[in-house]
Amino acid sequence: MTAELKKLTCIVCPMGCELQVDEKKKIVTGHTCKRGEIYGIEEVTHPTRVITTTVKLAKSIYPMLPVKTNGAIPKDLNFKCMAILNQVEWRAPVKLGDIIVKDLLGTGIDVVATRTMGLKK
Amino acid sequence: MTYDLVVVGGGPAGLAAAYEAFNNGIESILIIERDMELGGILNQCIHNGFGLHTFKEELTGPEYAERFIDKITDTSIEVKLDTMVLDIKEKTIYAMNPIDGYMEIESKAIILAMGCRERTRGAIYVPGDRPAGVFTAGAAQRYINIEGYMVGKEVVILGSGDIGLIMARRMTLEGAKVKAVIELMPYSNGLNRNIVQCLEDYDIPLYLSHTVTQIIGKTRLEKIVVSQVDDNKKPIKGTEKTFTCDTLLLSVGLIPENELSKQAGLQIDTRTNGLVVNETMQTSNEGIFACGNVLHVHDLVDFVTQEAQTAGKYAASYIKDEYKKGTSVKVKNGKGITYTVPQNMNTISKESIRVFMRVSTPSYHQKIVVNCGGKEIASFKKKTLLPAEMQSIVLTKEHLAAIEGDITIYLEEGK
Repeated sequence: MTAELKKLTCIVCPMGCELQVDEKKKIVTGHTCKRGEIYGIEEVTHPTRVITTTVKLAKSIYPMLPVKTNGAIPKDLNFKCMAILNQVEWRAPVKLGDIIVKDLLGTGIDVVATRTMGLKK
Repeated sequence: MTYDLVVVGGGPAGLAAAYEAFNNGIESILIIERDMELGGILNQCIHNGFGLHTFKEELTGPEYAERFIDKITDTSIEVKLDTMVLDIKEKTIYAMNPIDGYMEIESKAIILAMGCRERTRGAIYVPGDRPAGVFTAGAAQRYINIEGYMVGKEVVILGSGDIGLIMARRMTLEGAKVKAVIELMPYSNGLNRNIVQCLEDYDIPLYLSHTVTQIIGKTRLEKIVVSQVDDNKKPIKGTEKTFTCDTLLLSVGLIPENELSKQAGLQIDTRTNGLVVNETMQTSNEGIFACGNVLHVHDLVDFVTQEAQTAGKYAASYIKDEYKKGTSVKVKNGKGITYTVPQNMNTISKESIRVFMRVSTPSYHQKIVVNCGGKEIASFKKKTLLPAEMQSIVLTKEHLAAIEGDITIYLEEGK
């Protein structure tokens, strides 16, 4: 009996290992680290991604504040996440790690600022 | 004005170099940055994937920069922002800014960390009209991520290097339709992970062995013509495809920014367009060091940090009069290798030396061989070698002891 192997390129780190995932038995081969193995299983069961983008920022030297989801969210929520963040308007000062949106779309994941932005002098 | 060390450039290379010199006992340090904040290109690279080597976690560009900016802030290191270096002669730096005006700054040692800049449409000779809507990918990245301007709605990207791939995803998330990524070579020049998470995730087609052969548009870009190319990268007649689009992003390579280095009379490597250095990151002039993309274009900031730490450490030892000169040997590139950094090394080095290089074509199951006078002194097995992925090998004390003259690094079938 030949198992159904799904070929994936691991995106956990820049090495980009070529993975083979047995979708039925949930066995990963080709990974070189534990995180790659977890990625292989997750990618065929419930793929997730970290979203990095910007929100509007007032009173700082630049009008945009870079943000990220502080964990991976289900891939099919990518554009819903963007739609929510497009409505957000923040105000300086802001510190790296400040929570911009709490519990995004009920995922338990927060959207946080990825840099410190002072008030415009 | 007098300092022990002046660092030109406040991006990841300059920050890490200055901090390392400080940690090696140098207190009188000045960082000169032409932008109005520190961090360099990292500030606009809001995506994640930075720092896996350096911090063992995945950070975004601004987060990576902020870690180093915070470290610098807690030291005696001085920073001059909004400051342009005009010239370097010997160890004197001529610079100006709106507050201090014109400055002549004397320094015992200098670290050059000016980074690189993008190749533009002019560098690749794309025929056609000259409408608005043709941007370099990095310029578009800055407009979108920092300045808050969306550059277009229907986009084609020429070049599948990492910046091109990252921008394909970025534009898509911001609501643009990215119709295609066009790549001249038969393989992508970006990391595999970026092909997956930037193109495949959003069903963006990648056309390998294709290029843009016509740009059409009166005031704003209206459409482009894309053709397949043959083995000699010449467009093949009859393969033309037209894409209607209002935006073309160019991700067609980066060039180390060495105008200052040339003015200072430093030796440039024609293979990298960067400075020639030895294993301590010292350039052809004693006391002037260099690190980061001004040497050669890196794909990971973590390697920039490593290189910068080497430069910082040895600049400190030069300032303290502890820098040892030995006999210099050349590092030559042989079959399959396009360049190496460093280009020279001192055989008296007491520490292992990391040599960075790029391969010319994708190859598999190879050995990177280090040869000296017909004798193999080291070899490193590599499963996959891609031009897009910078390779590095570490020559240990034992390897170095076997070096008696110039060395050559090349690829060999390695089963």
